[in-house]
Amino acid sequence: MISFVSRRLLATLAVLLVASFVVYMLTANSGDPLADLRTSKDPQSVAKMQTLIEKLDLDTPPFFRYFKWLGGAASCVIGRCDLGISVARGDEPVANALGNAMQSTLSLVMLATVLSILFGVAIGMTTALRQYSGYDYTITFAAFIFYSLPIFWVAVLLKEFGAIRFNAFLGDPSIPWWIAIAIAAVLAFVASAVVGGHVLTRLKAAGGTFVLIAVTLIVLDLTDWFVTPSIGIVGVALFTIGNALIMLFVTSNLTKRTLQMSVGAIVVAVIALWFPFQFLFFYVNTGWTILLVAGILAGIGALAGFFLGGDDRREAIRVAAVTGALATVPLVVDQMFLRWSEYTQLIPLRTGVISTIGATTPALTNHEDTWLRMLDSATHLVLPTAALMIISIAGYTRYTRATLLEVLNQDYVRTARAKGLPETTVIMRHAFRNTMIPIATIVAFDFGAVIGGAIITERVFAWQGMGALFNQGLRSVDVNLVMGVFLVTGIAAVVFNIFADLAYSALDPRIRVTEK
Amino acid sequence: MAQKRDRTPNTEQLALQELTIEQRQVEGLSLSTVVRRRFLQHRAAVTSLIILGLVVLLAFTSVGTIIGGTGKLAADFDAGRIVLDGFRIPGWWQYNWYENYPITTPGGLPSWQHPFGQDTLGKDIFARVMRGIQQSLTVVTLIGTLATVIGVVVGALAGFLRGWLDSLLMRMTDVIIIIPGLILGAVLGRTVGGNALSLGILLGLVSWTGLARLVRGEFLALREREFVDAARVAGATNFRIIFRHILPNSIGVVVVNATLLMSAAILTETALSFLGFGITAPDISLGQIISEYNEAFKTRPWLFWWPGFFIVVIALCINFVGDGLRDAFDPRQRRMPKTASLPAQFREIMSGGFSR
Repeated sequence: MISFVSRRLLATLAVLLVASFVVYMLTANSGDPLADLRTSKDPQSVAKMQTLIEKLDLDTPPFFRYFKWLGGAASCVIGRCDLGISVARGDEPVANALGNAMQSTLSLVMLATVLSILFGVAIGMTTALRQYSGYDYTITFAAFIFYSLPIFWVAVLLKEFGAIRFNAFLGDPSIPWWIAIAIAAVLAFVASAVVGGHVLTRLKAAGGTFVLIAVTLIVLDLTDWFVTPSIGIVGVALFTIGNALIMLFVTSNLTKRTLQMSVGAIVVAVIALWFPFQFLFFYVNTGWTILLVAGILAGIGALAGFFLGGDDRREAIRVAAVTGALATVPLVVDQMFLRWSEYTQLIPLRTGVISTIGATTPALTNHEDTWLRMLDSATHLVLPTAALMIISIAGYTRYTRATLLEVLNQDYVRTARAKGLPETTVIMRHAFRNTMIPIATIVAFDFGAVIGGAIITERVFAWQGMGALFNQGLRSVDVNLVMGVFLVTGIAAVVFNIFADLAYSALDPRIRVTEK
Repeated sequence: MAQKRDRTPNTEQLALQELTIEQRQVEGLSLSTVVRRRFLQHRAAVTSLIILGLVVLLAFTSVGTIIGGTGKLAADFDAGRIVLDGFRIPGWWQYNWYENYPITTPGGLPSWQHPFGQDTLGKDIFARVMRGIQQSLTVVTLIGTLATVIGVVVGALAGFLRGWLDSLLMRMTDVIIIIPGLILGAVLGRTVGGNALSLGILLGLVSWTGLARLVRGEFLALREREFVDAARVAGATNFRIIFRHILPNSIGVVVVNATLLMSAAILTETALSFLGFGITAPDISLGQIISEYNEAFKTRPWLFWWPGFFIVVIALCINFVGDGLRDAFDPRQRRMPKTASLPAQFREIMSGGFSR
């Protein structure tokens, strides 16, 4: 295994070296970095050109400049990265710029990727289970359309309809009763299509969804929830209960007494701790608090699983700990919503709550309240995340559907059904877990690709990430900057490719890494 | 044991029956006939093909096209007018894409005279969009053709001859694959600076890698089959074995992936042009139009809707045709895709369309 990894690393390192040389030469020849100065009427342009030539070492041919750059990049191994300076960014060291951009890109792309995987896998599975139904055809067709959408077009449309119209709605939030009914009716139709099967089952699903959605919307409207949104203890409790049910369902433990007890204990713990946590969030106002809270809740979950788990102790510990850790999400969102009215007064009136540009509101970038800053980031993240998700979800849906269909054809699924296991257990325990094997490797690829940044999305939403750096670098023929971006992207791709191979062999015992 | 023996011929008979039913459908038909029939049964694919044909027809007949040149605009200062590079065949549409016309409706709102509206300078958007479609389709066709030819040749040579040539070609493929497509495209696009022909050729020269890997895989499997041995015994040369014997057997993989490559290519081209690294003003492409009118969405949405609409239509149609071809060449794949090929397929899917 170690020899496999080291062999792969060496081989890909050689490939990366050649590729970096190719990119360097291509970028260096892609244009004239002095073009602006040549046409400028500035009397000092000759002197400026001279300094620029010295700074960029333009008198040396690109071939030799590459090796100089490589020497600097190679010193990263001993911890002193010298990737040169970026002229386009006012002589900022490239390593520095990359650090900041990476942070920004990761916050943008990670959330979008994680959410797309969750939604894509869920939708893909439902379509596979209802193969050749109207629902399946609709989703497959929609996936084709989303897949053919150019993201720059989607992004601009989202800016108009997602942000400007939605902000207008938030300015005067009221949902007329007939729109609430219409939304509920549409969702009820979707629910009945997803559930499928007998007419009575479908009617039940549709009716339940209709009542639930319509009542929720009308109650939210009557209580002015959209003016002062909050979650509170009720919301946190509801979310955690729902989350616990999903966890039980996914692990096909819905009917197991021991697991119900363990997960129930964590729900009670979250509700009981809601009030003390308010003080914690208020007085320990840093990002680390999230990790602390998640750790506490996961610990309580593990304890609950340990003591209540009985025969399924291991599984109970795992499920309860994950449920506990996930309960941090509504707790943090609760904190963010507590600052909603304060936030709406702090931001410039003109822009509205859902922001279309940048990663933060400039005035709030260094605000002392962590949760307020988080809320600010969240409102900035909504649109680019949605744009990225629309297209990624389509890909994951198609892939999950194909994989699950293939797994459902396997003998072990037939065996599981033949021995009389409930369908939920067959799907969630036998089929779902095997579907996740190829998907896990795909996720690794995708993460590797994602770190390179979202060049187009970042451009449309004026986000200062890796993509923006590349854009800026290429526009002004700043070879160092382009190479910096390429280096990060290339290394990420290589590392995650190896991860993908290892993950596949770890998850699927039939495949051995040494064979390749 | 006895029971088992009884059963064996039974299942075999069943399998035989199944086979004969399937075989009867295609009895005595050539591969192309079978594929054509199956393709024609795929309604979405046939509809898409017709729509795509209509779009091509509309784009090339309406504003005419340019032959023998890049169609780049340049100002002729002596004559005081704009000249085109190449000879323009006029079309049935009365306006062209490069001249300014008097604005007929307030703000250039779409009207009967200018169905897609006009921009602030009075340019006719219908003509511009049609020209954009032509340019984008040119790029797509060039990328598709070049990448397919190179990919097939590289993959075939690597897979058939193996040895040092295989290693060399595959390392070359690795080098190109490791550079993210959008980065490579942008750098190349910036270098050649903007017309459809050079952009298409350059992008075609670097987008063959995925296809080459797939074709190599096919060749590695097919070269061990008996018909290859038979051909060799009969005295066929390597060239003949590769192109007459093995290639026709892997034509399905090639055709399907060439189609998917082209649907990815239109998104790549428009994305590059949007960023300003592909086709740049004064030349036109669909992405370049959107980029140019990006800020005008609130005041003149029609500048924005139509080019985007046509990008979606073209990409969608090519995708559906690809889907139909996949079903036609390998009907089993629809029911039961092979696990091993799935990650590769996904990488194909994701790497192409993912111009984030």
